[in-house]
Amino acid sequence: MADPFVSALCERIKASAEARRTLRVRGGGTKDFYGNAPRGDDVLEMGAHSGIVAYEPKELVLTVRAGTPLEEVERALAAERQMLPFDPPHFAGSPSAATIGGVVASGLSGPRRPYAGAVRDFVLGTRIVNGRGEALAFGGRVIKNVAGYDVSRLMAGALGTLGVITEVSFKVLPRPASEVTLAFAVAQAAAIEKANHWAGKPLPLSAAAWEAGVLRVRLSGAPPAIAAARAKMGGEEDPGGGAYWEALRDQRLAFFSGGAPLWRLSVAQTTPPLLPEHAQLVDWGGGLRWLRGELDAAALRRAAQEAGGHATLFSAPDKRAGAFQPLAPAILKIHRRLKAAFDPAGILNPGRMYDF
Amino acid sequence: MAARAMESFDDARAATADSRARVLARLRAVRPPLAIVADEEGLRPFETDAFIAHRETPMLAVLPEDEAQARDVVNACRELGVPVVTRGAGTGISGGAIPRSDGVLLVMTRMKAILAIDAHARLAWVEPGVRNVRVSEAAAPAGLFYAPDPSSQSVCSIGGNVAENSGGVHCLKYGLTTHNLLAVRALDADGDAIDAGGLALDAPGFDLLALLTGSEGNLGVITRIAVRLVPLPESTQTLLAAFPSVRQAAQAVGEIIGAGIVPAALEMMDRVVIEACERFMKLGFPLGAEALLLAEVDGCTAEALDASDAVRAILERCGATEVRVAADAAERERLWRSRKGAFTALATILPDFYTIDGTIPRRCLPDILDRVYALAAEYGLMVGNVFHAGDGNIHPCIFYDANKPGDLERGEELGGRILEACVEVGGTITGEHGVGIEKLRQMCVQFSSAEIEAFHAVKAAFDPAGILNPGKAVPTLRRCTEWRGMRVEAGRIPRADIPRF
Repeated sequence: MADPFVSALCERIKASAEARRTLRVRGGGTKDFYGNAPRGDDVLEMGAHSGIVAYEPKELVLTVRAGTPLEEVERALAAERQMLPFDPPHFAGSPSAATIGGVVASGLSGPRRPYAGAVRDFVLGTRIVNGRGEALAFGGRVIKNVAGYDVSRLMAGALGTLGVITEVSFKVLPRPASEVTLAFAVAQAAAIEKANHWAGKPLPLSAAAWEAGVLRVRLSGAPPAIAAARAKMGGEEDPGGGAYWEALRDQRLAFFSGGAPLWRLSVAQTTPPLLPEHAQLVDWGGGLRWLRGELDAAALRRAAQEAGGHATLFSAPDKRAGAFQPLAPAILKIHRRLKAAFDPAGILNPGRMYDF
Repeated sequence: MAARAMESFDDARAATADSRARVLARLRAVRPPLAIVADEEGLRPFETDAFIAHRETPMLAVLPEDEAQARDVVNACRELGVPVVTRGAGTGISGGAIPRSDGVLLVMTRMKAILAIDAHARLAWVEPGVRNVRVSEAAAPAGLFYAPDPSSQSVCSIGGNVAENSGGVHCLKYGLTTHNLLAVRALDADGDAIDAGGLALDAPGFDLLALLTGSEGNLGVITRIAVRLVPLPESTQTLLAAFPSVRQAAQAVGEIIGAGIVPAALEMMDRVVIEACERFMKLGFPLGAEALLLAEVDGCTAEALDASDAVRAILERCGATEVRVAADAAERERLWRSRKGAFTALATILPDFYTIDGTIPRRCLPDILDRVYALAAEYGLMVGNVFHAGDGNIHPCIFYDANKPGDLERGEELGGRILEACVEVGGTITGEHGVGIEKLRQMCVQFSSAEIEAFHAVKAAFDPAGILNPGKAVPTLRRCTEWRGMRVEAGRIPRADIPRF
């Protein structure tokens, strides 16, 4: 019953907790740049814990070990014309070393997110080993499950600070029958306005991004639905559409090249253009504003907060400003208590998210 | 021995009376004055929620008008060490809002304002006491709706929906409550406002919104909610198919989903339910049908019509003896009447029934239903099944006679056995109704002691003093140990059907 990798992992974490040796949890290492700098006395490699445990296309449920390459999972899904609907970034080129554990731990979703949902929305269950070296299972392999607190979703985006993810079950969805990308030449304010307007209509939107005076909108679905939507929306078809969204998701567009700090502002989608003096790329139908350059962290964080969100110093050579928006005192209090509950010795990915 | 027990009982009563007087004095000092119900007559309606098998009179009930008053109640109770049970509309069927005689019942129904509807941003800010259906009604002029639609939607509150992570008949496509929230503001046991989530599509730090959703009043008192609104579909197509066997109907469910169609709803009813509906509503179903499947697809007109044709073909291929497609809204309403009126119709069989809420991998549907029928026969009780087939969420209704001694207990035990069967095939003990007090024992079957301990640790992060709805949703480790021991014993001794609890 007990998986030998997981048993060994439990022993290793127990020993580390006793010796107070911190652990840096690592999948494929494609998101080492994300969050505060990874540190730890030892590196806990998860790549060897790989493989699809169960996949039943008719159940729309997929269970995989954390070290499984994202590309392997996507290939298996594509063979059944299904997908991970939250569009996880691969980063670091092709083939990407990104693993499922990293996908969930980072909690990052791609351009489809506003219309399909985020990583956490498709997590049905997780198996973890907590900082006490206990193997725990939360959620399950069924679509609806309200037994116990939703600890499995809590793991999405927790950056491995509460537990080492060993296995994840996802809800998956059929791939859309067809997709078309439309392009509109508009300024940023109009692009944000249009994207929000359309999102309130029964249109099959699956992505909306703006850069350099062009709003691109992707439609996904049955051909008649797409044809009907095109008739209402106008615009020109962008033949390079499919490749554009992948390049946006994996940050291979020209906007993302070079070493200047990259800021990610996650804000209410209807927020008018922020800090218009800086060049930016808008994704998530207005919900994400990417900015480049040596910018004033405090000013960006204030602007993001006023817009209902938060600012992340996504990638930068110097993250002294802190990767993530500081938390309100009451929220921070809960974070510290949760961290102490799951990882009392404070050995899992210390400092990767905040100062714990 | 008896005298000593009596003495300690009197002590406990005296302690309760003393504590009640102190709590009452403290809450009467709240300014502006807080609505307090303290008389026996006034407390009666609050004795139970919709899990009517159990009742308890609360020490006091209070009905705050706003967050400040709710905070005063939480602070007072924490300082006096008195439990707080939060209640919405009281429609929960797992007993999550059943009061405690030593605790205050915090009734949120007066906080029922829709604070804002922002059509452009597709969201609504509501207070927790707002009834579910009112949100969709208020959003309809903007062409939007709030998707989660539990069958009690005309009366249940959004706060209760968040606390239970409620589902509904359209979850397969539109998700559960947890998928349709942007932000929740809740008071933790310290009285601090926890703003979880936000207007952006993600929030920094841990996903506290996920934890609060479905926490059954254990982690915080919800005071404000931002729900996501989605566009009303342009067209909805509804089909009703009759099958000669449950197995064939279940196969059709798998085939539809396997064909890449995600229906908005996919509901099943078995023969007991069909016959009850037929007697009660005279819908003219073919006699002898063992299962009915209600399927709904939506989208733009062309898309919904295409999907409807595809679903119809699958239903016929899987052996449906009759397929009806609603030609218009009125006919759609009629087809839904069988599903929505099913519980009312079932009450004509026997007035008392107990609804189970297990979820299983969809492929196990026919087998689990066979198991349910076999267990029902073993207990000599009738069971009807009406449920969310697309989600694999089964709702066997166990009929019992409350006037027959032991009938309810046997029904509860049968329910427990069915839930354990769900866990055995990789499912869960509750898909959407919550654990409450009803399924505490089955929690010990589904989770290990270390997992139960992790849940208690999560609770302690929000509620170190343990005053928020204590004793609900998560069993104590001690209870689990006792219960597991008794199960082992029950497996060994021949008269395992004797009620033990």
